[in-house]
Amino acid sequence: MGEMIKTEQLCYEYRGPNESKVTALSNINLSIQDGEFVAIIGTNGSGKSTLAKHFNALLLPSGGNCYINGLNTRDEKYLWNIRQNVGMVFQNPDNQIVATIVEEDVAFGPENLGIAPAEIAQRVAEALNIVGMTDYRQHAPHLLSGGQKQRVAIAGALAMRSRCLVFDEPTAMLDPRGRKEVLQTVKKINEKEKITIVYITHDMEEALHADKVIVMDQGAIVLDGPPEVVFSQVSLLKSLGLDVPLAADIAQELRNRNMLIPRKIISDEELVVALCP
Amino acid sequence: MSIKLENVVYTYMQGTPYERVALQNINLEIHPGEFIGIIGHTGSGKSTLIQHFNGLLKPTSGCVRIDDIDLHQNKKLAKQAKRKVGMVFQYPEHQLFEETVFADIAFGPRNLGLSEEEVDFRVRKAMQFVGLNYDTVADRSPFQLSGGQMRRIAIAGVIATEPEYLILDEPSAGLDPRGRREIFSQIKNLHAAAGNAVVLVTHNMEDVLQVATRLIVMSEGRILLDDKPETLFWNYHEQLVSVGVDVPHIISLLKKLRAAGLAVGECQLTVEAAATAICEALGGQSRAE
Repeated sequence: MGEMIKTEQLCYEYRGPNESKVTALSNINLSIQDGEFVAIIGTNGSGKSTLAKHFNALLLPSGGNCYINGLNTRDEKYLWNIRQNVGMVFQNPDNQIVATIVEEDVAFGPENLGIAPAEIAQRVAEALNIVGMTDYRQHAPHLLSGGQKQRVAIAGALAMRSRCLVFDEPTAMLDPRGRKEVLQTVKKINEKEKITIVYITHDMEEALHADKVIVMDQGAIVLDGPPEVVFSQVSLLKSLGLDVPLAADIAQELRNRNMLIPRKIISDEELVVALCP
Repeated sequence: MSIKLENVVYTYMQGTPYERVALQNINLEIHPGEFIGIIGHTGSGKSTLIQHFNGLLKPTSGCVRIDDIDLHQNKKLAKQAKRKVGMVFQYPEHQLFEETVFADIAFGPRNLGLSEEEVDFRVRKAMQFVGLNYDTVADRSPFQLSGGQMRRIAIAGVIATEPEYLILDEPSAGLDPRGRREIFSQIKNLHAAAGNAVVLVTHNMEDVLQVATRLIVMSEGRILLDDKPETLFWNYHEQLVSVGVDVPHIISLLKKLRAAGLAVGECQLTVEAAATAICEALGGQSRAE
């Protein structure tokens, strides 16, 4: 297993109003392994999306470096390789559908790579099967639910044979059922297809499913660790304006009332075990 | 004083092969001072329902009255009555269009025919309510601001018309936890200060729990349940799940504890109240190491 994404002292600045410099990211050092599922959380404006856009060279660092599979995103000759390796799925499902039939939409990426039609058909069928949308392959995408549209977008990236998918709040516009569909699909492609996942979310319960959670605030990384370590920092997360998983919140409240509750409780099941041995 | 729906039926595309009944025999009354949550799975009829509250949709049969005025009888009276209802749609920031924040918020009050002086006063007040600084923001283009700020501007634009009935469709969708908390505390403040009726359509049960005192559950175009949130969530858990409504996480957690043998009492659905109920169930002492 190699390193899928690595940043070294990554900084990003842009020009704000009145020619002033705005620092969106400062000294980001992170490493995401091949096959890892990493969640990034942080308030609006904390730099999550700006960081994510560096992962497929939509943005280039103002300082420091970003490597994808060992390739520096600054080097233009790697651009297509990087873009093919790292797919993006955004918040609004309607903004990322290009064709009028589901399978044509999924085929759009591979077609642009100049792949032979027979191979494309095979890739499309495979990708739709993985996201559970085979029955809808002849449907018009705009008539699908939000969750289904997001799964079509994921299939599009799978058909490109992307090894890493970056999700920028993919469930923010979905109803509860759509959220579950998308999260389950993301977990499945991570576990079964070994695709590296970078998952930006405001939903702490979703972040619980990750191998690693990165917390951002004001353009910097404040916490980076396994969910049970990150989410046991209840007061720090709340002071950053973030939520914590409910079980962690209740566990902390019980500790405040002098009850002996083990650290590192973040899921319902762990709380149930602690309280009802 | 109320919005009253009597035997409202609404059918989309009536008389075509695509005909679909979206609302079936809805009877509902909304009084000033109430804070109502409307929940239900996608397609259950929530949005169709609220579009009847200010006459955007005309019922196929039945009638809608605002303060006893039938919205589809006397046009002139109905126009007056409809102005009492303020509607904030989903992603309202997509509807911003003016060159400055001030002009955008002032659009509604100006259309009410108020004097410029009154308009200015209302814009300031509405901006204060949603936590926007008049001096630094009023003259800026709304399109240069963040998503959360744009959402506030859109809400301020409706608040500035001082509606007696404020209807919000998913006002917190896409905001981060802090933004969500802020928007809701502002809506709560407004409700407390103005004593108007607030109707909140949402998928987010945690939002509902924070604010609503009455909860209407829609399923397949009908009102399935109409009661206090706590009562509903404690007593109709399975029914809610079966119609595709998420129950608040806190209630499923407390029920998991019950199932595991901890006799947690029916409590209010806050973290503090839950912790108290757990402490009581444990007899005040921890069984955990």
